[in-house]
Parts: sequence; C-alpha cells; structure tokens
Amino acid sequence: MHLHEVVQIVLYLFFLLALTPVLGLFMAKVFNGGHTWLTPLLRPLEKAIYRLAGIDENTEMRWSTYVWALLIFNFIGFVVVFVMQMIQDKLPLNPQKLPGVSMVLAFNTAVSFMTNTNWQSYAGETSLSYFTQMLGLTVQNFLSAATGVAVLLALTRGLTRRSLQTIGNFWVDLVRTTLYVLLPLAFILAILLLGQGVVQTFSPSLHIQTLESHTQIIPLGPAASQIAIKQMGTNGGGFFNANSSYPLENPTPLSNFFQMLSLLLIPAALTYTYGIMVNSRRQGWVIFAAMMVLFLMGLMVSLWAEYGYNPVTGIAGSMEGKEVRFGVTNSVLWATATTAASNGSVNAMHDSLSPLAGLVAMFNIMLGEVIFGGVGAGLYGMLIFVIITVFIAGLMVGRTPEYLGKKIEAFEVKMSMLAVIAPSLVILVFSAIACVTDAGLSSLGNKGPHGLSEILYAFSSAGGNNGSAFAGLNANTTFYNIMLGIAMLIGRFAVIVPVLAIAGSMANKKNAPFSAGTFQTDNATFVVLLVAIVIIVGGLTFFPALSLGPIVEHLLMLAGHVF
Amino acid sequence: MRHLFSALRLFLIMTVLTGIIYPLIITGIGQIVFPRQANGSIITVDGKIKGSELVGQKFISSRYFWGRPSAIDYNPMPSGATNFGPTSVGLPNALQQCRKQFEDLDWRAVPSDMLFASGSGVDPHLSPDAARLQINRIAHVRGFRVEQRQKIVDLMEHLIETPQWGIFGEPRVNVFLLNVALDQIK
Repeated sequence: MHLHEVVQIVLYLFFLLALTPVLGLFMAKVFNGGHTWLTPLLRPLEKAIYRLAGIDENTEMRWSTYVWALLIFNFIGFVVVFVMQMIQDKLPLNPQKLPGVSMVLAFNTAVSFMTNTNWQSYAGETSLSYFTQMLGLTVQNFLSAATGVAVLLALTRGLTRRSLQTIGNFWVDLVRTTLYVLLPLAFILAILLLGQGVVQTFSPSLHIQTLESHTQIIPLGPAASQIAIKQMGTNGGGFFNANSSYPLENPTPLSNFFQMLSLLLIPAALTYTYGIMVNSRRQGWVIFAAMMVLFLMGLMVSLWAEYGYNPVTGIAGSMEGKEVRFGVTNSVLWATATTAASNGSVNAMHDSLSPLAGLVAMFNIMLGEVIFGGVGAGLYGMLIFVIITVFIAGLMVGRTPEYLGKKIEAFEVKMSMLAVIAPSLVILVFSAIACVTDAGLSSLGNKGPHGLSEILYAFSSAGGNNGSAFAGLNANTTFYNIMLGIAMLIGRFAVIVPVLAIAGSMANKKNAPFSAGTFQTDNATFVVLLVAIVIIVGGLTFFPALSLGPIVEHLLMLAGHVF
Repeated sequence: MRHLFSALRLFLIMTVLTGIIYPLIITGIGQIVFPRQANGSIITVDGKIKGSELVGQKFISSRYFWGRPSAIDYNPMPSGATNFGPTSVGLPNALQQCRKQFEDLDWRAVPSDMLFASGSGVDPHLSPDAARLQINRIAHVRGFRVEQRQKIVDLMEHLIETPQWGIFGEPRVNVFLLNVALDQIK
C-alpha cells in the first residue's frame, strides 16, 4: 500500500465520524417533530401529503396496527413494481424497445427492491426500461429505506416510553424520513455525481464506431438520480449491470469516495440520533463504537488478504475484477463497507476477491447486517443483539436483565432470538437445498470450494437483504429467482415483525428503578461484550459452512490448486 | 380498510414525488449545468462521435495502445466481468494469453491490470507502467523515428492522471484519449 491509499482510508473514517453527529442531530430534530432549516420549505408539502392521503398525523398506532400499515404499504410497492416490469413494453420511456420482463425475474426484482435488498438478477441496461428504473426501482429505493427507519423509530419509542400502548404513526415516520432526510441527501449526492460524469438523460443508447472502427453500444439513462438514492438508502441495485464498477455509474475516484461515504452515512448517523432519542448520547456512541470495531476488524483482514500473494498466479494484489481508477485499496474498502451496510452495490467483483477477503464480505452479511447495516435496519438489528447481550450478561451475574431502565423479559428474548435465527436458518437451509439439486448446481460459475462460496454468498446476501453477489453464479433462473425471493422476504419481515412486537411490549412496561445491581450499557465493557456476542452468534452459526467454502479454498490456493 | 386507502393514496403521492419530480429536477440540472457529463462525456474526432471518454474501447491493432482484457469484449450490453474466483483455472489461462501478447518481455514485468480483466469490462484506464510497456512496439509498428518515439513518451507522461486532488484513486492513463492523441503525431 502507498501513503495516499492509507490517507484515503483515514479520510474516509474521519468524514464518517465527523458527519455522524451533524446528520444525527438533524435527524433527531426531524423525527421528534422539531424545527430544522428545511421546515419552512417542506412542512407545507408534508401537510399537503397528509391531507391528500387522508392521514391524521396526530393519531398514534399500537404495534399491531403499525405492522399492518407497514405490510400493506410494502405489498402495494411489490405489486406495482412486479406488474410494471411485465408490461414495460406497453409503457412510455422505453427507447430501447425492451420487452416485458419474465414473471419469475419480475417477482425476484420486485421482492428485492421492496425488501431493501436490491439483488441483481436483472441486468439494468438490457432488461429494464427507463420507466421501470425511475417509477419502479427509484421509488422503492426511497420507500424501502424509509420503511427501515420507521421500524427503528418505532422500536426506539418502545424503549423510551413508559406504560403506553402506542409506538408512533407509520405514515408520519415514512413521510418525514423520505422528505427531510432521503430526498435532500439524494439530491445533493446526485448533483455531485453529475459533475463527476454520471449520466442523466432520456436519450437512447449510443451506437458508435470506435477509433479502431469496431461497433460499440454505450447504454445511457437517468442514472444519477437513481444511483444517489441507491447509495444513500443502502439499496445497492445498479442502474447498469456492472453496478458501481461501470464508469458511467461511478466515473472517478472522487465519485467513488462520495458513494462509499454514502454507503455508511445514514446508518452511522442514526446511532447518534438514537442516543438523543433515548436521552443518553453515550448509548448511541456505544453502539457506534461496537459497529466501528467490527468494521475495522473486517477491513484489516480484508486488506491483508487482498494484498497477499496468490500462488495460483504468482501475483500479489490481483486486479482481476477491479478497475484501475480505484485500485486494490478502494476496492477492498468498498467491499467491506457495502457488506457491512446492507447496501450491496459493488465497485469491484466480489467473486474474484481472494478467499479471505471474500470471507469477510460474506461474514459481514451473515452477522445480520448490524455493522452499521441498512438504513434503520442495521440499528434495529444491532438493538436485537443488545437485548441478547443484556440477557446473557444478566444470566452470567444472576440478575434480571434491564436495558434503558426497563426489564427485559422472556417475550423480548424470544422475539430477539426469532429475529436472529430466522435469517440464519434461511441462509443455511436454502444453501443446502441448492447444493444437492441440479437446479442449484447448474448455475455455478466456479468449481471447487469456490462454488460452495458462490451459493452461500447468494443466500447470505438475500437472507441478510444485502444484494451484492459472487456474480459468477447465474442467478437469473427459475430456481434462484424464486428461492432468493423467498429468502429476501423472510430475511426482511421475520425480523421486522418481532422487532415491532418488542417495541409494543417495551412501550407498555414501567420503569425499573436504577440500582447498584443495574448492568451498565454505556461503557467500554459493554462495547466489548456486544462485539463478542455478535461474533460468537455469527461464528457458531456459520463457521462450519465457511470452513468448507472460503477457508478450504484459501488453503488450497496456498498449495497452488486450480479448479 | 381505512389503512388500505391511505396506503394507496400515499404510495401514489410518493411515486410522483420520488419517481417523477425528483428525477426530472436532476435531469434538468444535469442537462443545463453539466450537459457534457450528463450525456455520457462524448468525444468527437473530425466531427464524428468516436466514443465516451469514460467508456473503454477495444484496441487490437499493434498501432495502438491496448487496453485491459475484457470479459465482454468492450461491448457493454450488458457490462460485466469474468468473475473468475481466486482458484479458477481462468486465471493461469489469462496469464498464458498475456505471455503471447508480450512475447518479447519478461511477463513478470507486466502490471497486474494488463494481465487480468476489469470489473466493468470497459475500464477506460491502464496503469502508467502498463502503457509504457507498449511504447516500443507502437513506435516500431508505426515506423517512428527517435524524435517521434520521444513524442509518444511525452504525450503519455502528459496524459497520466495523478490521484484526484493528490489523494483519491490511483495513477492512470486513459487509453482512448491516448490513442486519439497518438494519431495526431506527425
């Protein structure tokens, strides 16, 4: 590594740290209904939206109503994107005259964008019209991210309220997040990206004769507006097939830096917002610290692995699947950030990463997307681990577990375990099914242990709602489109529903008075415990599978085996 | 049911806001403030569109600088990579291929970006070292005299892009722009 590469990593961490309280404070004001500099501009629009939709912003919901509203709203999103893709040939803004998308692919993509996964079985430039990308995918990029924040806000209220039945209003949480947070940030990022060379046009693809007189087709489209929210909303589904490695989606190292920062920006800032909302900024920083520790551990292993020597080629720091303008360091930093956040966009091909760098990417996802994680989803996922940590710590010292002055009881622990086990079960069981069926194995792009890694990565990505891939696996088959679609649904809603149930149950509880026996959750000891629990739970669940995939592959690579 | 109607209406409003108004405003700003970038950073030579500055092209003639290997032969419909895993037999095969291209050189001197395919399949850049390796061949094929060869060297050094603001990214040279300029050498 060169000095300027180290400087880039340091700058990245610096900006992430510096922007966390700034954006975090802003979001706290927005979510508490306070006055921000955007209020004079957006408040009239917000009120108009409630009036047009027939929503009373002052009515609060019980947790079951909140779940119901969330599910209906998401289901509408799914149906619209599903149908829109299949009839895109009859809709406007389709200059390439692309045909309607097949039903299984449309199912997969609609589920994928509703659940904030944004897995790419589709190839944007050859299968989706500008209409579908704008009115289907871009819209879901906003709304799925806002849904994640809404769930987090409901949980936060649940943790802070005393003896109340309600946990907020889903519509209000959704509208405020979209209007005050996602739209302004996407707007800023889109303009920065435009300046760097990301395309934004309704013209059809360019057909040209190159300098050497070959025919080349250059796909264009309204990409900047979509890519901005793709990164800000931890979505990750590319406008173009090669995602952010494609130069018109991510043209310069600076556009790369902006996009990479956006991967973690909102999830990191939400920890600060959380701290303010629970009235103890330390609680927020403790979670931020645990996330940062996990992130840095992954980054260091990944850098070490990727700069390491591969006896198969005799080369260290391979450029296979990477772009020259980003080089090895930025590719590894991105790969770590995009899998820590449940973003899943890529600027280099994860399939070609060295075995251990690929393992880190996969493990980041398997831990439940809690290392900053998805917008909203990362933090509510981490709070599930907080509950489990408090519970285990309580068991160890023989006291009733408490968090933020409330007792954690059997119901919360059961719901937390459900939220942790459901996605893990899907990842392992579905991978196992793929490993023993022809339909699962015929899609493999690589042989040997790397083949297992491709399958494992695909289901981790779907179950964890990440969306990145070991893209050698041909996922656009009936088997994978349906299986991955189901995995995404379970990975999303089998977490959201238990989280909201916890929110409802906690809101109803009374204060447990603070005593000398209360376990502190706002100090360094708790950070260490939380990190340990996250790694142990993930490690115990996935170590056997990982040892047959990337770990064996690493050993065989050192011995010079090829497949 | 009340929630269903609210949800439908809200969904429609949000679609108009985030799916129509927002992208149209960005398109407007792009077309007015950054028209060159928003339309694909097109390069014209003698009045003809010859490609995008940002999208790499296929060069097979020995008269030109060659770009990186590409899994899609530089035709991005769709864009993509080889997706060879670290123990794929595809990697040593790629090395074999490269050895043939650079017969006269010790292939260990060839930088990694020249040996292996890019992520997008249309990487427009090469590392400066990978471009320098090709100067002798190009000068020879074009029958250049010593001072003309020196012009290639100067041109290349002039076109090297250092890390953005001295910090971001890697040193590189744009193969398409380099070849356009190469044709101007008299």
